[in-house]
Amino acid sequence: MAALSPAAAVPRRGGVARTDDAAAVVVRGLSAGYLSLIVLLPLAALLWTSTRGGIGAVWQTITIPTVLGALELTVGVSAIVVIINAVFGTLIAWVLVRDSFRGKSAVNALIDLPFALPTIVAGLTLLALYGPSSPVHVNVAYTRMGIALALLFVTLPFVTRAVQPVLIALDRDMEEAAAVLGAGSLAIFRRIVLPNLGPALLAGAGLSFARALGEFGAVTLIAGNNPLRGTQVMSLVIFGDIQGYQFSSAAALSFILLALSLAVLLVFGRLSRALSGHHDR
Amino acid sequence: MIARFSLRLVALGYLAVLLVLPVAWIVWSAFGGGVDAVWRSATAPYAVHALLLSVLIAVIAVIANTVFGVVTALMIVRHPFPGVSILNAFVDLPLGLSPVVVGLSLVLVYGATGWLGPWLTAHGITVIFSLPGMILATVFVTLPFVVREVVPVVREVGSEQEEASRTLGATAWQTFWRITLPSIRAGVIYGVVLTMARALGEFGTVIVVAGNIPGVTQTLTMYVEAEFQNFDPRGAYVASLELAVLAILTLVLMNVVRRKGVA
Repeated sequence: MAALSPAAAVPRRGGVARTDDAAAVVVRGLSAGYLSLIVLLPLAALLWTSTRGGIGAVWQTITIPTVLGALELTVGVSAIVVIINAVFGTLIAWVLVRDSFRGKSAVNALIDLPFALPTIVAGLTLLALYGPSSPVHVNVAYTRMGIALALLFVTLPFVTRAVQPVLIALDRDMEEAAAVLGAGSLAIFRRIVLPNLGPALLAGAGLSFARALGEFGAVTLIAGNNPLRGTQVMSLVIFGDIQGYQFSSAAALSFILLALSLAVLLVFGRLSRALSGHHDR
Repeated sequence: MIARFSLRLVALGYLAVLLVLPVAWIVWSAFGGGVDAVWRSATAPYAVHALLLSVLIAVIAVIANTVFGVVTALMIVRHPFPGVSILNAFVDLPLGLSPVVVGLSLVLVYGATGWLGPWLTAHGITVIFSLPGMILATVFVTLPFVVREVVPVVREVGSEQEEASRTLGATAWQTFWRITLPSIRAGVIYGVVLTMARALGEFGTVIVVAGNIPGVTQTLTMYVEAEFQNFDPRGAYVASLELAVLAILTLVLMNVVRRKGVA
């Protein structure tokens, strides 16, 4: 059913519609004003400050060696994290849907913990167990491995929560037919299950990629605050610039980070849609 | 059978190493010095102030974004206008931004050297490095949740009951309180829970716009960071524990609302 436009509603409701429409206009204005003051105006200021010197200036910022290093580190670690997420996220979803064991619903609820737990607490818990005073003698503090661990923690739910409903809805007839015809379980997974999960898997991976690129709270304690360690991801460099009142440099880096996560969301979204379209045909 | 068992083992092992053991270890470490030490850390003046400040900011953000969220959701579904899809896209924006980027963009408008800085200074208003800025930052990052949860519910409920109520002579206000709000309650509560959780846990955005002065402009998440940097891990662990308890309460509430919403 098509939504009724306000104009179409006028004759039907008679006199009431006029006050309704006036109210709608006021509400529309208030809502847009709220959004503008809190979200749009600040983002406009960010875009303006970052591109004030032209794209050349942004490019110049990128080519500063420390920035380039941070950019490479951020993208590299995030990419590795996304690959691990894709594998383990799918595996966890599989176990939650197809397996049955005692305490499964508790494990299912646990998946959302990283969304509910503050990121600074996530970083601190990892640092407490896998840091300098680790009781199990594993120390990943101030390493890239530590950053990856922190990002894995906060992005854990994305792939699992994207894949899970698809797996639940997946008709098992095809798999059973393949098994009857003699296909091994690996072949069934690769040829039947994985193509069906593809779009959801890519959508979840895209979200976790974008989240990993911008993450700050979880990595700040683990990465430390020393640029010489080579553990400064983009968000940390931007934070350092803000602390030093280097707003134009911070804005340029923010612009790069923003463009990067938008590109990631766009590419993964398109891949996901292309894959689902291909599968339907 | 063996394959299924080993898959289960790998999945649960991964969750244990990444999630369960670290969180359990924090709880264990916090209580390592006995319950008295936990109580002392939890009731330290700055810790108490930080907790209260976090709750205050979260409550304000929840109220502001719930009003905005319900009104905007009703508008998006019931009174679509040209450009509503743009509004829809803008509402989602905060979800895709890095916290420090959000903080910076607020500084560029409301900071002393920002767009509105001179005007604010002339009128004696400080936003950045004080409470208004922290509220603004929290409202920014939690803005999408209520809208996102309420829009599909409004769409699903439809407008027949509201039209019936209007036909029977109820005012728009009565219709909203008696018909609309009760029917979208589950979505609103879910959105509020998500907003509350995110607001209490926000760190990156708030630390950029807050002065981070203990006992004045330091939230509980900032207190965790400061205590850890000041070599008082127990203080950090205990404050983390408070935040973790709030997170777990949130999870439980989410599950309750989700189950009720389905039924």
